[in-house]
Amino acid sequence: MSETSKFDTTNILVVGTGGQGVMTATEILAEAAIALGHDVKKTEVAGMAQRGGVVSSHLRFGAKVLSPQISPGSADVLLGFEAAEAMRWRHMLRPDGLVLMNTGRLVPPVVELGLYAYPDDPVAEMHAVGTHVVPFDASAIARQLGDIRLGNTVMLGAIADHLPFPAEVLERCILARFASKKAEIVELNRRAFAAGRAAADAAEKAEAGTA
Amino acid sequence: MTAQAVIPIAGQAVTGRLLMSGNEAVARAVWEAGARVAAAYPGTPATEMLECVAKYPDLYAEWSVNEKVSLEVAFGAAMAGSRSFCAMKHVGMNVASDALMTMTLTGVAGGLVIAIADDVGLSSSQNEQDSRFWPRFAHVPMLEPADSQEAHDFTLAAFELSERFETPVILRLTTRICHVKGLVQVGQRQERPVAGFAKNVDRWVMEPRAVGRRLPLMFDRERRLRDAAEVSELNVAEDGIDRRVGFVTSGPAYMHVRESFPDAPVFKLGFSFPLPFDSLRRFAAECDRLVVVEEVEPLIETELKAQGVTLSGKDILPRSGELSPQVLKPAVARLLGETVAQEATRAPLAVFPRPPTMCVACPHLGVYYTLSQLRNVTISGDIGCYTLGFGQPWNALDAVISMGASMGMALGLDKGRSETEKDKKIVAVIGDSTFLHMGMQGLLDIVYNRGNVTVLLLDNRAVGMTGGQDNPGSGRDIHGQEAPRVDFVRLVKALGVREERVHLVNAYELPILLRTLREETKIPEPSVIITSQPCVLIKDYHALKPYTVVEDKCTGCGNCIDVGCPAIHVTRRDRVKKPSGREVDLAFVRIESAACTGCGLCLKPCAPDAIVHVDTLAMPIKIIRKSAELSQTP
Repeated sequence: MSETSKFDTTNILVVGTGGQGVMTATEILAEAAIALGHDVKKTEVAGMAQRGGVVSSHLRFGAKVLSPQISPGSADVLLGFEAAEAMRWRHMLRPDGLVLMNTGRLVPPVVELGLYAYPDDPVAEMHAVGTHVVPFDASAIARQLGDIRLGNTVMLGAIADHLPFPAEVLERCILARFASKKAEIVELNRRAFAAGRAAADAAEKAEAGTA
Repeated sequence: MTAQAVIPIAGQAVTGRLLMSGNEAVARAVWEAGARVAAAYPGTPATEMLECVAKYPDLYAEWSVNEKVSLEVAFGAAMAGSRSFCAMKHVGMNVASDALMTMTLTGVAGGLVIAIADDVGLSSSQNEQDSRFWPRFAHVPMLEPADSQEAHDFTLAAFELSERFETPVILRLTTRICHVKGLVQVGQRQERPVAGFAKNVDRWVMEPRAVGRRLPLMFDRERRLRDAAEVSELNVAEDGIDRRVGFVTSGPAYMHVRESFPDAPVFKLGFSFPLPFDSLRRFAAECDRLVVVEEVEPLIETELKAQGVTLSGKDILPRSGELSPQVLKPAVARLLGETVAQEATRAPLAVFPRPPTMCVACPHLGVYYTLSQLRNVTISGDIGCYTLGFGQPWNALDAVISMGASMGMALGLDKGRSETEKDKKIVAVIGDSTFLHMGMQGLLDIVYNRGNVTVLLLDNRAVGMTGGQDNPGSGRDIHGQEAPRVDFVRLVKALGVREERVHLVNAYELPILLRTLREETKIPEPSVIITSQPCVLIKDYHALKPYTVVEDKCTGCGNCIDVGCPAIHVTRRDRVKKPSGREVDLAFVRIESAACTGCGLCLKPCAPDAIVHVDTLAMPIKIIRKSAELSQTP
């Protein structure tokens, strides 16, 4: 899909903050791509990720993947687990790429201390620079389902219809992770996945309506 | 980042390809190679190698107290004829090199592979040094994989090479190998006979006369290794139709070169020291120009230039950081006099920085909040999570260089103080694992030389920064099994700190911590204040009932924000004029109760007592104590 390579490679960038499950979500996406016979590379820029810093996880798959890194301007899809983090990495997107964005905010101490401001309206700022954004509140959906940690399954649901393979492949890979867990956990994740899928779909239709 | 080892289920051979990080792939190959001993000290990006090795059966694995000890353990096993493995981050070899520089003379009996992981791009390190100097310095061979599959295959090849030439072999990795996941074809473990230790003082006792006999053998070995590199399958000259530029490269840079210039000839060095000069000269002769693409230092470049090869290298490429396609393409285009293709890149949007923070309820929060209250103090720091104390809101750490250096630097700051600094307090802050790694000697030096230093020993029973690994302070071994636990109070007393000057303080008891610090910094002799609350990421930590803010009691003083806990958020700001006419900024807060684990640090600075326990019945969602990784969903 990427224009920057002669190799037919799909580039997905997953971003968020340490602790949100960005790396796990990317790993599940990688497993789905592997299940379909793709070559896969996954890499992180996650220095001190466990400490609430910036995490960006690169996933590339296709017939043969060389460099594990997505070059700026060549990501096909940007999956943003946090509003400001989606903004931070938007330049990595190819011009006609898509941002799937959780509007939920995680405000860091440097903002609480008054040293920096959190952007007033991240969606509007992305629109202003001509980026195709599909915004939805994955954090709220996860909380409604009873556990904020379902957020990454919600996010994976949101990207499910924007991959070069059927959503069911991804869903199977997610649920396989919980195969050894209680049935209710599997069911919660199934619902989170469906809710994310529906939220992205609704948001996309709303975006198309306003465009 | 915890690693998941892909280990074989008992009695069931894993076949096919597995998604593995470079670290996991190396660990797998160490097991397959029949290694019997593996040792390391944790350090990003190398940590997961030993974490994974330890999950395999049939070999001994340990967290050593530092990299030098880990290498000596691995070397001892190799003397006994066992295959052995040692892993470290780049700076670890600075510590271990004393052993390396002489074991190159003795050589090894069983295969010894030393994995050194460079942090090219500085994801979590204090420098970006290039470990490819070590094989040159120590006259040992080096292999450099370019992805996870090669990390696996080259580890196996390294053991073979090590035994064939009876030499330690360095496996050079970088962050972009260690932490990249790719598909790996794995094999099964091959058990090997172990010869046992053969007494031979001419070989194993490196006194000067014996060294004199071993030196020529080492140089002869290097010559034979160069011959081996010339014919090694790990060095590949790839042909290309666009011969305007040929590339010589190694490690992850190869992937970037191949991606950026799919039609160019590329000499990929996998067995990258000693360099196969003849092969490289032949390759150079077939290209119009030669560009050496190497992360970080111009080592291949320098050696090839000395061989009379004309080439470009660091004249067109950066001396630091990764050489990714976005760096390579424009640099080579300029070399060819081409206009740099306009990439479809756009400027990043301006967003606040998000530096790493300490965790919610981290015991270090109270320490740094307290240190930030001290005046006229210089704080010498060390390597670990507590390095973050230099930043906002604490600004309570003034220097950090290397493991354990807080001790020596503090003594030097004390002895080297100027006339105007006579009353300056000198405090050193060091974590438990760093203290055991290389801090004990420094404290002994402070005591022996009568330094006026107050040491804060932050014992959180874990190597926190790398993910909470065990160490002699945690009382558990690499498998999480009970192990002898060091007693820090007795240890520092044994080093000579007087009994009255040793204090064990609860890191959450801020008034006592502040009082103890004030008193000890006034007394002109060495003192040690030990805090002993566990890292919130390890199982020793137990969450308590979370807190919340009573909205109409909060006066907006903002004192609680200065603790630096990421669970405290500002709800609104205001500016008021005091009766004195002075304008004051107010910040009203809430506590993210779902993240709060009830440490109570924020209660101490809250004058109006606006922070109270959450009514557990009214808790909207479950308490989140650790990272919200999907895999940990209950």
